[in-house]
Amino acid sequence: MENEVVTAVATADWGKYIGAGLACIGMAGAAMGVGNVAGNYLSGALRNPSAAASQTATLFIGMAFAEALGIFSFLVALLLLFAA
Amino acid sequence: MATEASGEETGLVFHPMDQFIVRPLFRDIEPGSCNPAAGLTDGCVRWFEPTNVTLWLALSVLAIIGLFVLGTRGRALIPSRVQSMAELAYGMVHKMVEDVAGKDGLKYFPYVFTLFCFILFANILGLIPTSFSTTSHIAVTAVLALAVFLGVTILGFVLNGSHFLELFWVKSAPLALRPVLAVIELISYFVRPVSHSIRLAGNIMAGHAVIKVFAAFAAILWIAPVSILAIVGMYGLEVLVAVIQAYVFTILTCVYLKDALHPVH
Repeated sequence: MENEVVTAVATADWGKYIGAGLACIGMAGAAMGVGNVAGNYLSGALRNPSAAASQTATLFIGMAFAEALGIFSFLVALLLLFAA
Repeated sequence: MATEASGEETGLVFHPMDQFIVRPLFRDIEPGSCNPAAGLTDGCVRWFEPTNVTLWLALSVLAIIGLFVLGTRGRALIPSRVQSMAELAYGMVHKMVEDVAGKDGLKYFPYVFTLFCFILFANILGLIPTSFSTTSHIAVTAVLALAVFLGVTILGFVLNGSHFLELFWVKSAPLALRPVLAVIELISYFVRPVSHSIRLAGNIMAGHAVIKVFAAFAAILWIAPVSILAIVGMYGLEVLVAVIQAYVFTILTCVYLKDALHPVH
């Protein structure tokens, strides 16, 4: 009986869950973006440590902007799961 | 969401998202008694009814008052531990506003500092086990982000008049490119409150949900030690995220403020 319930839910919502899963691929892009920002900041900071402290604000702004695009993929996943 | 159990016989019966359910504070509700489609409204939250969100929002305000009013009451020349914490936070945000938004941005420092303190305390109080993290709700963060967005837009038009529109009409670009850039700039401007609010809510919500997922695994005997270690590690990470997200929200507010004060690219 439990199996019937599970399949009934699954067939109606397949596309929704597959779409939400696919939207999570967008997180890979955000990961690369944030990693790129942090890595380049670190390599710059190691070359010129005296200038590093003044650029931490820029580092966080860059990270936030890179992260924003990953957040949109998260948003799409949420919309598919709960609003579609 | 509450009706879905984890389904594992060996696991605990709770859903990782159950911790975000808004409940009335002063009355018990039966599960499933809020279903307006079926005519059941007993379990729904009514207008102006105190909920667990209200409680934890009020507690974070009280904690801020405790730190900044009671903590700095002595006004000692050599600060006590609590007073120096308050001074450090004040100095950090003051310097941030000055560096990012410029000297004339300091006029709006009180609002920025209020935002920083509120988000920081709401995030950190949300980390107390069995508490409720208010900033994990988009309803809460959207109000904060929309206030910043509307405030900055109105401020930009009041201070610069129609020159504020030069933010979208990039003078330094070739004429043929300007309409394209204007569309892109316009979209990126109106997406700001969305990303601003969802960044905070998404980070806090995702972290708390991950901790709850590991907590569900802790009920299975052979995996419990790994799971408990993972909870400890995630909790440490969440403390970091709570502070960093408050910092990021504040610094983006400063960036938007800078656009309103000096709209030229």
